[in-house]
Amino acid sequence: MSGPTTSGASVIVVGGGVTGLSAAWWLARAGVDVLVLDKRVIGWEASGRNGGGASHYQSPLFHEEQRLWPLMDELLGYSTEYRRERVIFATTDHHVDHYRQMARMCRDLGYRVDDLDPWQVRDFAPLAGDTVTGGIHLRFGGQANPQRTVQAYAWALQDLGGRIGQHTRATRIVTAGGKVTGVETPRGAFACDHLVIAAGPQSEALLAPVGVRLPLAAARAEMIVTEPAPLMPVGGVDGNGLYGRQTLRGNLAYGGGPHEWMAVDAAGPSARPSTPLLRNLARRVAELLPGAAHLRVIRSWAGVVENTPDGRPVIDRLADPANLTVATMSSVGFGLSPATGHAIADLVLEGRCTFADIDKLSIARFKDIPADWREQKGWVATTHGEAIAAMGR
Amino acid sequence: MTQRGFDPKAVAGKHPAPEQSVEVLVIGAGPAGTGAAIAAAKGGATVLLVDENPVDAGLIGLDTPLYWGGRYTGAVQTKARMVEQVFAANPRLEEAFEAGAEISLGVYCWGAWVGGEGLASLPGPVAGLADDERAWMVGFERLVVATGARDVAFAFQGWDQPGVMGARALCALVQTYDAFAGRRLAILGSGDLALETALFALGRRLEVAALIEVEDASRGSQALIGEVAAAGVPILTGHAPVLALGGLDGVEGLGVRALESGAQRVIACDTVVQAIAVTPVVELLDVLGARLAMQPTLGGHAPVSPDGTATSLAQVSLAGDVAGVASVPRDAVAYQQAWMRVLIATSDAGVILCQCEAVTREALLAVRQPAYLGEPSAGMAARDLGRLLEDGPANPDQIKRLTRAGMGPCQGRRCREQVALTLACATNESAERVPLAGYRAPVRPLPLKVLAAWDEAAEMSGQWDVWFGIPGQWTPYADIGTEREALHQGVLGGDMHL
Repeated sequence: MSGPTTSGASVIVVGGGVTGLSAAWWLARAGVDVLVLDKRVIGWEASGRNGGGASHYQSPLFHEEQRLWPLMDELLGYSTEYRRERVIFATTDHHVDHYRQMARMCRDLGYRVDDLDPWQVRDFAPLAGDTVTGGIHLRFGGQANPQRTVQAYAWALQDLGGRIGQHTRATRIVTAGGKVTGVETPRGAFACDHLVIAAGPQSEALLAPVGVRLPLAAARAEMIVTEPAPLMPVGGVDGNGLYGRQTLRGNLAYGGGPHEWMAVDAAGPSARPSTPLLRNLARRVAELLPGAAHLRVIRSWAGVVENTPDGRPVIDRLADPANLTVATMSSVGFGLSPATGHAIADLVLEGRCTFADIDKLSIARFKDIPADWREQKGWVATTHGEAIAAMGR
Repeated sequence: MTQRGFDPKAVAGKHPAPEQSVEVLVIGAGPAGTGAAIAAAKGGATVLLVDENPVDAGLIGLDTPLYWGGRYTGAVQTKARMVEQVFAANPRLEEAFEAGAEISLGVYCWGAWVGGEGLASLPGPVAGLADDERAWMVGFERLVVATGARDVAFAFQGWDQPGVMGARALCALVQTYDAFAGRRLAILGSGDLALETALFALGRRLEVAALIEVEDASRGSQALIGEVAAAGVPILTGHAPVLALGGLDGVEGLGVRALESGAQRVIACDTVVQAIAVTPVVELLDVLGARLAMQPTLGGHAPVSPDGTATSLAQVSLAGDVAGVASVPRDAVAYQQAWMRVLIATSDAGVILCQCEAVTREALLAVRQPAYLGEPSAGMAARDLGRLLEDGPANPDQIKRLTRAGMGPCQGRRCREQVALTLACATNESAERVPLAGYRAPVRPLPLKVLAAWDEAAEMSGQWDVWFGIPGQWTPYADIGTEREALHQGVLGGDMHL
């Protein structure tokens, strides 16, 4: 049972996406009185609109991600639709070489990856065709259903006494004497002893007035989903420039390809349009899985995600104000969320991450970033005409 | 002054110019759309008039775009013949052609965009079209949406059999397709829609066994009630359909129950026509980002328009029933809810609401996880709609994510309104307050190989990356800040799999 959301909490988490919800759940597991505030409905932004992958070898949280996912359904008490393992395969020689490099990198980290020949690929992915040039089989990782996972975090949090205030947008961080004392919302002020900001693209605007600079650029990314196909032995099958999965229901859900930078203000995106890019995605799914080419595309969607200037996360407890922790996963947040929440809870409770070195994810690395970094990189809304002109240069 | 950079991995500049461009694109060649096309062509504009009829037999089987209900002849399989039939069924198409409009029949419009937030990259206003072989884009200066209205379906025991269908679909199968396979109808509803449907059917030499109305009195205009009575067709008021009896070929009879006495009887019929409500076909407008609002006097969620023609988007206008169905009663949504309330009271909770995903009413209200996940956990079993509502108002999109109702190949056409009505009944809310479950392109469920951009631009292919193409994003953590970082980015670069 979720308690009243009219009063403050020991820890307030702003942002009911996977990162914020996982952090709140970890805090509640430690017995902390925690309140999550979301501007709308939990998981409504990128957390509920992504590929569901859980194999992030680049991250310092990778080992914890791998340790936790097989346990999550049990720990949360609700299904996340997690399925183990991943097959990535190619239809060009160039991509096979690329995937084999990735495999070597994962082996270096101590994880098993098998190289697959085309016949083996087709055993794992019967919808693949005779265009397969080779692939790799990750004996770790996997994928889950983002929408179900978001809800599982929320319910698990409530089961532990944590509270969630939906339709309650944090509009201002309140400070006094160099410390955060709470947040303001249209529903009133909420006091807290510690504040966690995990508000996705909106985090930058929320933090700026308290003198914290978190440079972010927001962009829209798209996915498509088909009607169900017979279940393949491994759900996490992708490649050919796509990320995605076969859901347990059998639908093929894939994304990839170019993103669109867009300005997002403190209130968040007002639209999340998907576009004719669905045709380019459809093409690549049909190429990857010719046995599925006849399947109908029944939906597309877009999520708005933020990136930092180097594309890497910020997970940091600040020096000033000292009771403020910020987190952005820089567009790669879903799969890592079980571990991210753990790290954030550690920062709040212990002042440091107890299970991994995350020092390189500190916010300090951006202190000298120029004010116009987005324009310099071209990470701003760009029209068709502007792009044509730029490419012609 | 900042030197503005350019992100080669972003989408801007990667969409090719549309294959064709017209001044006026009209979607829907019913009377209103055809009229709009004729007027525009006579005004000297280049006009493309697109209509999806005759739709592919596979889509008819999915009750798209209308609630066809499986009561059609094999003729729908022969598309070429059907194109002639559809053309012949609308004499004004000839006039549109004479006026200079280009006419494409059997062509779907699966999406349309005019720009706006997050859409700066599009090369101008553009619509996605497709036939059963391929898809293509058409640019336009002005878009006239004349997509009409569609039937609102209601679930009762046996409604998922061939022979239970909608009133608009009946008209289309009889009139436009000449491919209706039924003979004897029972009609649900007693408003003008139901009465007109009965008179239409009688005029086409079909038998009408009865009209069934859950309310205590007939709803329609006295004149129409008189005409139906004069034809000897009974209107069973205070009755609910409780069971569509069927065999191999679908419906063979309809069991109805008198609500007061509980007396039951069977009406012999091969078709049950749901003529309780129609609602504007707003899916394309939702994709466009046009403002929609619940407007009961217009039949449900309808475009916000000052004059029945303009939309919130300068380039997009309306024609015909999509702007609101003229004949619906003022309390159309309350009437739908009255029907739903009775059907909930008279039918088993195990009745299927979402046919595609086999979601029952009971499962919807329990917010039950789908069957493929097996037995729910203790925590899951303790969750239901009531507890979900403690966290915020009922939102069909959220319920959809959890139960899968509306997530199937028919894209929610059979259950979207029913889910909203059921949620409203369960929470003692007015259905007018339940938000619209959002629509997304493609608004027609078309195959991957048909939608595929086999001819995509070189700019798209050449810069395609799995994710953002930020090389440093995938550097192994241990390598960050070491000499291996550059090495790593050189070897692997972007195109890393998340």
